[in-house]
Amino acid sequence: MTLLTETELIRRSQKGDKHAFGIIVNRYKKRAYFSALGFVHHHERAMDLSQEAFVKTWQAIKKIDASRNFFTWYYTILKNSCINEIRKISTSAKPYSQVDTNTLEDIEDYGMDTLRSIEKDELKQTVWQAINQLKENEREILMLREFQNFSYAEISEILNCPQGTVMSRLYSARKALKEKLTTYFSDEI
Amino acid sequence: MKKLDNISKDRFQALVMKAVDGDLSESEKSTFETLIAQNPIYKKEWEEFKKLKEVTDKVQLYEPTQEEWDMYWNNVYNRLERGLAWLLLSFGTLLILGFATYKFIEEFYLSPNIPLIITIGITAVFSGLFALTLSIIREKLHIRKTDPYKEVQR
Repeated sequence: MTLLTETELIRRSQKGDKHAFGIIVNRYKKRAYFSALGFVHHHERAMDLSQEAFVKTWQAIKKIDASRNFFTWYYTILKNSCINEIRKISTSAKPYSQVDTNTLEDIEDYGMDTLRSIEKDELKQTVWQAINQLKENEREILMLREFQNFSYAEISEILNCPQGTVMSRLYSARKALKEKLTTYFSDEI
Repeated sequence: MKKLDNISKDRFQALVMKAVDGDLSESEKSTFETLIAQNPIYKKEWEEFKKLKEVTDKVQLYEPTQEEWDMYWNNVYNRLERGLAWLLLSFGTLLILGFATYKFIEEFYLSPNIPLIITIGITAVFSGLFALTLSIIREKLHIRKTDPYKEVQR
Protein backbone atom coordinates (compact mmCIF):
# COMPACT_ATOMS: atom_id res chain seq x y z
CA MET A 1 0.00 0.00 0.00
CA THR A 2 2.93 2.32 0.69
CA LEU A 3 3.76 2.16 -3.03
CA LEU A 4 0.42 3.63 -4.07
CA THR A 5 0.45 6.97 -5.81
CA GLU A 6 -0.57 10.06 -3.90
CA THR A 7 -3.69 10.44 -6.05
CA GLU A 8 -4.78 6.89 -5.17
CA LEU A 9 -4.04 7.46 -1.47
CA ILE A 10 -6.14 10.65 -1.47
CA ARG A 11 -9.00 8.83 -3.25
CA ARG A 12 -8.88 6.04 -0.64
CA SER A 13 -8.79 8.60 2.18
CA GLN A 14 -11.83 10.27 0.66
CA LYS A 15 -13.63 6.93 1.02
CA GLY A 16 -12.75 6.92 4.74
CA ASP A 17 -9.58 4.80 4.63
CA LYS A 18 -7.57 6.08 7.61
CA HIS A 19 -4.66 3.76 6.83
CA ALA A 20 -4.23 5.43 3.42
CA PHE A 21 -4.35 8.83 5.13
CA GLY A 22 -1.72 7.60 7.59
CA ILE A 23 0.64 6.88 4.70
CA ILE A 24 0.15 10.44 3.43
CA VAL A 25 0.78 11.82 6.94
CA ASN A 26 3.98 9.80 7.27
CA ARG A 27 5.15 11.03 3.87
CA TYR A 28 4.66 14.68 4.75
CA LYS A 29 5.10 14.84 8.54
CA LYS A 30 8.63 16.26 8.41
CA ARG A 31 7.75 18.96 5.90
CA ALA A 32 4.62 19.71 7.90
CA TYR A 33 6.51 20.06 11.17
CA PHE A 34 9.27 22.23 9.71
CA SER A 35 6.73 24.44 7.94
CA ALA A 36 4.91 25.00 11.24
CA LEU A 37 8.22 25.60 12.99
CA GLY A 38 8.97 28.29 10.44
CA PHE A 39 5.86 30.14 11.55
CA VAL A 40 5.73 29.59 15.31
CA HIS A 41 9.41 28.93 16.19
CA HIS A 42 8.48 26.56 18.99
CA HIS A 43 9.04 22.81 18.83
CA GLU A 44 6.02 21.60 20.78
CA ARG A 45 3.61 24.07 19.23
CA ALA A 46 4.90 23.21 15.76
CA MET A 47 4.28 19.52 16.47
CA ASP A 48 0.82 20.28 17.81
CA LEU A 49 -0.19 22.65 15.00
CA SER A 50 1.10 20.38 12.23
CA GLN A 51 -0.84 17.43 13.69
CA GLU A 52 -3.97 19.52 14.15
CA ALA A 53 -3.72 20.67 10.52
CA PHE A 54 -3.68 17.02 9.41
CA VAL A 55 -6.88 16.48 11.43
CA LYS A 56 -8.48 19.50 9.72
CA THR A 57 -7.29 18.20 6.33
CA TRP A 58 -8.89 14.82 7.06
CA GLN A 59 -12.14 16.55 7.97
CA ALA A 60 -12.07 18.38 4.62
CA ILE A 61 -10.57 15.52 2.61
CA LYS A 62 -13.62 15.13 0.35
CA LYS A 63 -13.09 18.67 -0.97
CA ILE A 64 -9.52 17.94 -2.06
CA ASP A 65 -8.82 17.57 -5.76
CA ALA A 66 -7.02 14.20 -5.77
CA SER A 67 -5.07 15.08 -8.90
CA ARG A 68 -3.41 18.05 -7.18
CA ASN A 69 -0.46 17.98 -4.82
CA PHE A 70 -1.62 17.08 -1.30
CA PHE A 71 0.96 19.23 0.49
CA THR A 72 -0.16 22.39 -1.34
CA TRP A 73 -3.66 21.89 0.08
CA TYR A 74 -2.36 20.94 3.51
CA TYR A 75 0.03 23.90 3.62
CA THR A 76 -2.86 26.38 3.19
CA ILE A 77 -4.65 24.83 6.19
CA LEU A 78 -1.45 24.74 8.24
CA LYS A 79 -0.55 28.34 7.41
CA ASN A 80 -4.00 29.57 8.50
CA SER A 81 -3.76 27.58 11.75
CA CYS A 82 -0.31 29.00 12.46
CA ILE A 83 -1.36 32.58 11.73
CA ASN A 84 -4.36 32.17 14.06
CA GLU A 85 -2.09 30.74 16.76
CA ILE A 86 0.37 33.64 16.36
CA ARG A 87 -2.50 36.13 16.69
CA LYS A 88 -3.73 34.38 19.84
CA ILE A 89 -0.31 34.13 21.42
CA SER A 90 0.67 37.72 20.59
CA THR A 91 -1.65 38.87 23.37
CA SER A 92 -0.25 36.43 25.93
CA ALA A 93 2.88 36.50 28.10
CA LYS A 94 5.51 35.24 25.62
CA PRO A 95 5.23 36.31 21.99
CA TYR A 96 6.78 34.14 19.25
CA SER A 97 9.03 36.99 18.22
CA GLN A 98 11.23 36.01 21.14
CA VAL A 99 13.86 33.49 20.22
CA ASP A 100 13.16 29.96 21.35
CA THR A 101 16.54 28.28 21.45
CA ASN A 102 14.84 24.86 21.33
CA THR A 103 14.00 25.66 17.72
CA LEU A 104 17.60 25.76 16.71
CA GLU A 105 19.95 22.86 16.49
CA ASP A 106 23.69 22.59 16.48
CA ILE A 107 24.79 20.81 13.36
CA GLU A 108 28.39 20.41 14.40
CA ASP A 109 29.73 17.61 16.56
CA TYR A 110 29.53 17.94 20.30
CA GLY A 111 33.32 18.07 20.63
CA MET A 112 33.61 21.83 20.05
CA ASP A 113 35.18 23.96 22.73
CA THR A 114 33.09 26.18 25.02
CA LEU A 115 34.06 29.48 23.41
CA ARG A 116 33.10 28.28 19.96
CA SER A 117 29.89 26.92 21.38
CA ILE A 118 28.96 30.30 22.85
CA GLU A 119 29.89 32.06 19.61
CA LYS A 120 27.75 29.61 17.69
CA ASP A 121 24.79 30.13 20.01
CA GLU A 122 25.11 33.88 19.58
CA LEU A 123 25.32 33.48 15.82
CA LYS A 124 22.24 31.24 15.72
CA GLN A 125 20.25 33.63 17.88
CA THR A 126 21.33 36.63 15.82
CA VAL A 127 20.38 34.95 12.54
CA TRP A 128 17.08 33.84 14.03
CA GLN A 129 16.33 37.32 15.34
CA ALA A 130 17.10 38.78 11.91
CA ILE A 131 14.79 36.25 10.26
CA ASN A 132 12.05 37.19 12.72
CA GLN A 133 12.39 40.83 11.72
CA LEU A 134 11.69 40.08 8.06
CA LYS A 135 8.29 40.63 6.45
CA GLU A 136 6.05 37.58 6.69
CA ASN A 137 6.25 36.72 2.97
CA GLU A 138 10.05 37.10 3.03
CA ARG A 139 10.35 34.87 6.10
CA GLU A 140 8.03 32.28 4.61
CA ILE A 141 9.95 31.86 1.37
CA LEU A 142 13.28 31.86 3.20
CA MET A 143 12.12 29.11 5.55
CA LEU A 144 10.86 27.00 2.67
CA ARG A 145 14.09 27.27 0.68
CA GLU A 146 16.82 27.76 3.25
CA PHE A 147 15.72 25.50 6.08
CA GLN A 148 13.37 22.99 4.47
CA ASN A 149 15.17 22.65 1.13
CA PHE A 150 12.08 22.76 -1.06
CA SER A 151 12.92 23.10 -4.76
CA TYR A 152 11.88 26.25 -6.63
CA ALA A 153 9.17 24.25 -8.42
CA GLU A 154 7.81 22.95 -5.11
CA ILE A 155 7.79 26.44 -3.57
CA SER A 156 6.03 27.74 -6.67
CA GLU A 157 3.31 25.11 -6.18
CA ILE A 158 3.03 25.62 -2.41
CA LEU A 159 2.78 29.41 -2.69
CA ASN A 160 0.69 29.20 -5.86
CA CYS A 161 2.84 31.64 -7.82
CA PRO A 162 5.07 31.41 -10.94
CA GLN A 163 8.66 30.24 -10.52
CA GLY A 164 9.91 33.66 -11.66
CA THR A 165 8.06 35.25 -8.73
CA VAL A 166 9.62 32.68 -6.40
CA MET A 167 13.08 33.66 -7.60
CA SER A 168 12.49 37.40 -7.20
CA ARG A 169 10.84 36.96 -3.77
CA LEU A 170 13.70 34.75 -2.63
CA TYR A 171 16.17 37.34 -3.88
CA SER A 172 14.37 40.11 -1.95
CA ALA A 173 14.15 37.95 1.19
CA ARG A 174 17.85 37.07 1.14
CA LYS A 175 18.78 40.66 0.41
CA ALA A 176 16.65 41.85 3.33
CA LEU A 177 18.25 39.25 5.62
CA LYS A 178 21.70 40.26 4.39
CA GLU A 179 20.95 43.88 5.26
CA LYS A 180 19.67 42.95 8.72
CA LEU A 181 22.77 40.88 9.41
CA THR A 182 25.20 43.46 8.10
CA THR A 183 24.88 45.38 11.37
CA TYR A 184 25.74 42.24 13.36
CA PHE A 185 28.46 40.88 11.08
CA SER A 186 29.99 44.00 9.63
CA ASP A 187 33.34 42.26 9.48
CA GLU A 188 31.92 39.13 7.89
CA ILE A 189 29.46 40.46 5.29
CA MET B 1 18.67 50.19 -23.18
CA LYS B 2 16.73 50.68 -19.98
CA LYS B 3 14.61 47.64 -20.83
CA LEU B 4 17.76 45.61 -21.44
CA ASP B 5 19.07 46.65 -18.00
CA ASN B 6 15.85 45.47 -16.39
CA ILE B 7 16.01 42.15 -18.20
CA SER B 8 19.58 41.53 -17.16
CA LYS B 9 18.78 42.52 -13.57
CA ASP B 10 15.90 40.02 -13.38
CA ARG B 11 18.09 37.41 -15.04
CA PHE B 12 20.85 38.15 -12.56
CA GLN B 13 18.49 37.80 -9.57
CA ALA B 14 17.38 34.37 -10.76
CA LEU B 15 20.92 33.28 -11.58
CA VAL B 16 22.45 34.50 -8.33
CA MET B 17 19.78 32.65 -6.32
CA LYS B 18 20.51 29.47 -8.26
CA ALA B 19 24.23 30.02 -7.75
CA VAL B 20 23.74 30.42 -3.98
CA ASP B 21 21.74 27.16 -3.91
CA GLY B 22 24.17 25.35 -6.23
CA ASP B 23 21.44 24.85 -8.84
CA LEU B 24 23.07 26.41 -11.90
CA SER B 25 23.20 24.36 -15.10
CA GLU B 26 26.39 24.45 -17.19
CA SER B 27 25.01 27.05 -19.62
CA GLU B 28 23.61 29.16 -16.76
CA LYS B 29 26.96 28.95 -15.01
CA SER B 30 28.77 30.41 -17.99
CA THR B 31 26.14 33.19 -18.37
CA PHE B 32 26.42 33.97 -14.68
CA GLU B 33 30.20 34.10 -14.75
CA THR B 34 30.05 36.50 -17.72
CA LEU B 35 27.54 38.69 -15.87
CA ILE B 36 29.61 38.99 -12.71
CA ALA B 37 32.82 39.48 -14.69
CA GLN B 38 31.25 42.41 -16.56
CA ASN B 39 29.53 44.06 -13.62
CA PRO B 40 31.40 44.79 -10.36
CA ILE B 41 28.11 45.56 -8.52
CA TYR B 42 26.81 42.08 -9.40
CA LYS B 43 30.12 40.59 -8.36
CA LYS B 44 29.98 42.31 -4.98
CA GLU B 45 26.41 41.18 -4.46
CA TRP B 46 27.33 37.59 -5.34
CA GLU B 47 30.19 37.66 -2.79
CA GLU B 48 27.80 38.96 -0.12
CA PHE B 49 25.18 36.30 -0.87
CA LYS B 50 27.88 33.62 -0.66
CA LYS B 51 28.86 34.85 2.82
CA LEU B 52 25.23 35.01 3.88
CA LYS B 53 24.77 31.39 2.78
CA GLU B 54 27.79 30.36 4.86
CA VAL B 55 26.18 32.01 7.89
CA THR B 56 22.69 30.56 7.40
CA ASP B 57 24.16 27.11 6.74
CA LYS B 58 25.41 27.15 10.33
CA VAL B 59 21.84 27.45 11.58
CA GLN B 60 19.63 24.40 11.38
CA LEU B 61 16.16 23.85 12.79
CA TYR B 62 15.54 21.52 15.70
CA GLU B 63 14.98 17.95 14.52
CA PRO B 64 12.51 15.97 16.66
CA THR B 65 13.66 12.62 18.02
CA GLN B 66 12.94 9.35 16.21
CA GLU B 67 10.46 8.48 18.96
CA GLU B 68 8.53 11.69 18.29
CA TRP B 69 8.40 10.90 14.57
CA ASP B 70 7.27 7.34 15.31
CA MET B 71 4.42 8.64 17.47
CA TYR B 72 3.39 11.35 15.00
CA TRP B 73 0.73 9.39 13.09
CA ASN B 74 -0.56 7.80 16.33
CA ASN B 75 -1.15 11.28 17.74
CA VAL B 76 -2.96 12.39 14.58
CA TYR B 77 -5.01 9.16 14.59
CA ASN B 78 -5.97 9.62 18.26
CA ARG B 79 -7.15 13.15 17.50
CA LEU B 80 -9.21 11.90 14.55
CA GLU B 81 -10.89 9.27 16.73
CA ARG B 82 -11.33 11.59 19.71
CA GLY B 83 -12.88 14.28 17.50
CA LEU B 84 -15.64 11.85 16.53
CA ALA B 85 -15.94 10.60 20.12
CA TRP B 86 -16.34 14.14 21.46
CA LEU B 87 -18.96 14.89 18.82
CA LEU B 88 -20.97 11.78 19.75
CA LEU B 89 -20.55 12.43 23.48
CA SER B 90 -21.67 16.06 23.17
CA PHE B 91 -24.62 15.14 20.96
CA GLY B 92 -25.73 12.33 23.31
CA THR B 93 -25.31 14.47 26.43
CA LEU B 94 -27.33 17.32 24.93
CA LEU B 95 -30.06 14.90 23.89
CA ILE B 96 -30.29 13.30 27.36
CA LEU B 97 -30.08 16.63 29.20
CA GLY B 98 -32.77 18.13 26.98
CA PHE B 99 -35.08 15.19 27.60
CA ALA B 100 -34.35 15.19 31.37
CA THR B 101 -35.08 18.94 31.58
CA TYR B 102 -38.32 18.48 29.69
CA LYS B 103 -39.42 15.59 32.00
CA PHE B 104 -38.34 17.54 35.10
CA ILE B 105 -40.39 20.58 34.10
CA GLU B 106 -43.33 18.39 33.16
CA GLU B 107 -43.35 16.32 36.37
CA PHE B 108 -42.06 18.80 38.95
CA TYR B 109 -43.26 22.26 37.99
CA LEU B 110 -46.63 21.21 36.64
CA SER B 111 -47.40 18.94 39.61
CA PRO B 112 -50.07 20.47 41.90
CA ASN B 113 -48.81 18.40 44.89
CA ILE B 114 -45.45 20.23 45.34
CA PRO B 115 -45.58 23.36 47.54
CA LEU B 116 -44.55 26.66 45.90
CA ILE B 117 -41.71 27.20 48.40
CA ILE B 118 -40.08 23.90 47.36
CA THR B 119 -40.45 24.81 43.68
CA ILE B 120 -38.79 28.19 44.28
CA GLY B 121 -36.03 26.57 46.42
CA ILE B 122 -35.23 23.89 43.82
CA THR B 123 -35.20 26.52 41.04
CA ALA B 124 -32.76 28.66 43.05
CA VAL B 125 -30.48 25.66 43.74
CA PHE B 126 -30.35 24.63 40.07
CA SER B 127 -29.88 28.23 38.87
CA GLY B 128 -27.02 28.69 41.36
CA LEU B 129 -25.35 25.44 40.30
CA PHE B 130 -25.66 26.40 36.63
CA ALA B 131 -24.19 29.88 37.23
CA LEU B 132 -21.30 28.43 39.29
CA THR B 133 -20.49 25.82 36.64
CA LEU B 134 -20.45 28.46 33.89
CA SER B 135 -18.23 30.74 35.99
CA ILE B 136 -15.72 27.93 36.75
CA ILE B 137 -15.57 26.87 33.08
CA ARG B 138 -15.04 30.49 31.98
CA GLU B 139 -12.28 30.99 34.58
CA LYS B 140 -10.50 27.75 33.61
CA LEU B 141 -10.61 28.63 29.92
CA HIS B 142 -9.30 32.13 30.63
CA ILE B 143 -6.42 30.82 32.78
CA ARG B 144 -5.49 28.18 30.20
CA LYS B 145 -5.18 30.87 27.51
CA THR B 146 -3.15 33.39 29.50
CA ASP B 147 -1.26 31.47 32.21
CA PRO B 148 2.48 32.03 31.49
CA TYR B 149 3.41 29.19 33.89
CA LYS B 150 1.16 26.52 32.40
CA GLU B 151 4.17 24.55 31.09
CA VAL B 152 5.88 24.61 34.50
CA GLN B 153 5.56 21.32 36.34
CA ARG B 154 4.15 21.96 39.80
